[in-house]
Amino acid sequence: MKKIFSNGIFKENPTFVLFLGMCPTLAVTTSAFNAVGMGVSTMVVLIFSNIFISLLRKFIPDKVRIAAYVVVIASFVTIIEMVLKAYAQAVSASLGIYIPLIVVNCIILGRAEAFASKNGAIKAAIDGLGMGVGFTLALFIIGSIREILGAGTFFGVSLFGEAFQPVSIMILPPGAFLTLGLVVMAINLISNRKKKGEKEVA
Amino acid sequence: MLKDLLIISIGAIFIQNFVLVQFLGICPFLGVSKKVETALGMGFAVVFVMACASAITWAVQKLLVLFGIEYLQTIAFILVIAVLVQFVEMFLQKSVPSLYSSLGIYLPLITTNCAVLGVAIVNITKFGAVDFSFIKSVVYGATAGIGFTFAIVLFAGVRERLESSDIPEFLKGMPITLITASLLSIAFMGFSGLSF
Repeated sequence: MKKIFSNGIFKENPTFVLFLGMCPTLAVTTSAFNAVGMGVSTMVVLIFSNIFISLLRKFIPDKVRIAAYVVVIASFVTIIEMVLKAYAQAVSASLGIYIPLIVVNCIILGRAEAFASKNGAIKAAIDGLGMGVGFTLALFIIGSIREILGAGTFFGVSLFGEAFQPVSIMILPPGAFLTLGLVVMAINLISNRKKKGEKEVA
Repeated sequence: MLKDLLIISIGAIFIQNFVLVQFLGICPFLGVSKKVETALGMGFAVVFVMACASAITWAVQKLLVLFGIEYLQTIAFILVIAVLVQFVEMFLQKSVPSLYSSLGIYLPLITTNCAVLGVAIVNITKFGAVDFSFIKSVVYGATAGIGFTFAIVLFAGVRERLESSDIPEFLKGMPITLITASLLSIAFMGFSGLSF
C-alpha cells in the first residue's frame, strides 16, 4: 500500500519523470496559489475517476473502454467545475479554461488505463492519491519558483520589500519552460550522482 | 468582416500562439517534434481536426443552449471530439489512403490534445455572442491549428540540430528541449506588441 502511494510521488512522478499533463503544469504555475488549486482539483478528479473506473472495470467492454473512461472523467471534471464556481470563486476565475481541460490531462486517462482498470477500488484510490500528491507537489515547486522570482511574492505575500526588481519573464510563458527545464536538470544531476555513488560502493 | 477575420487569424497564429503562449497542445509539441516531417504531418492533422471541431462544437453549443443544459458542455464536447477524430480516421483510411498512412499514428493521439478541446471552449467564450460566430469560430480553429503547426515545425528544426550537438550529460533529453522551447517562446513574445 505504502509503495503504491509513494510511487506517484517519487519514482513515477507524473510531471518530472513521466512528463504527463504538461499543459496545466506550464500554464497555471504563475503563482503558488494557482498551482496548488490546479493540483488539488486534478487530484480530486483523479481519485474519484480511479475509484469509479476500478469498480466498473468488469462491466466496461474492452472495445469502448477509452470512451467510457473519458465519460467518467468528464463527469467528475464537470462536478469539480461546478463546486469551484460555487465555493471557490477565486480559484475558478484564475484557472479559467484550464479547469474543463482537466478532462484531457493525460495523467488521469493514463492512470485509468494503466492502473485502475487492473486493480481493486482501494488500491486505485491510493494510486490516485499518490499520483495526485506527486502532481500537486511538482506544480507547487514550479509555481513557487516562478512566483518568488517573477513577482517577489509567495502566496501573494511580498518577500523582499520594495528594493527587489522582479524578473518578470519568469511569470511570462518563457519562464514556464525555463523553470521546468532547470528543475528537471537538477533532478537529473542528483539522480546521476546517486547512481555514480551506488556504482562506487558496489 | 474580412478585416475581422484577418485580425483573428494573425492573433491566433502569432500573438496568442496556442502552444507557446497559451500552453495548449504541449504534449504533442514535446512528443512528436523530433523530425520536421513528422511534425508537419501532426500539424496538418491538427489543423484539419481543429477546424472540424470548431464547426461541430458550434452546433453542439447551440443545441445545449436550446435545451438549457450548458453545464454538460465539457462532456458533450469531449465526446464529439472523440467521435470526430474516429470518423476522420475512418474517412481518410477509405478515401485518401496516402494521407492516412502518413498521418496514421497521430490521428488517435489528437483526441487527448488539449488544443482541440481548448479551441472549442475558447470559441464559445470568445465568439459565443458575436455576429457571424460560426465563420469566426471555424477561422479561429483553423488558424490556431496553423499556429500550432508553425510552432511545432520551427521547434522540430531546432531539435534536429540539437541531435548532433554536444550537450552536457545532465541536460540531455527533456531539460535541453524545455530550455529550447523557452527560447522559442521568448521569440514569440516579440509578436505581443502587435495590436490593431
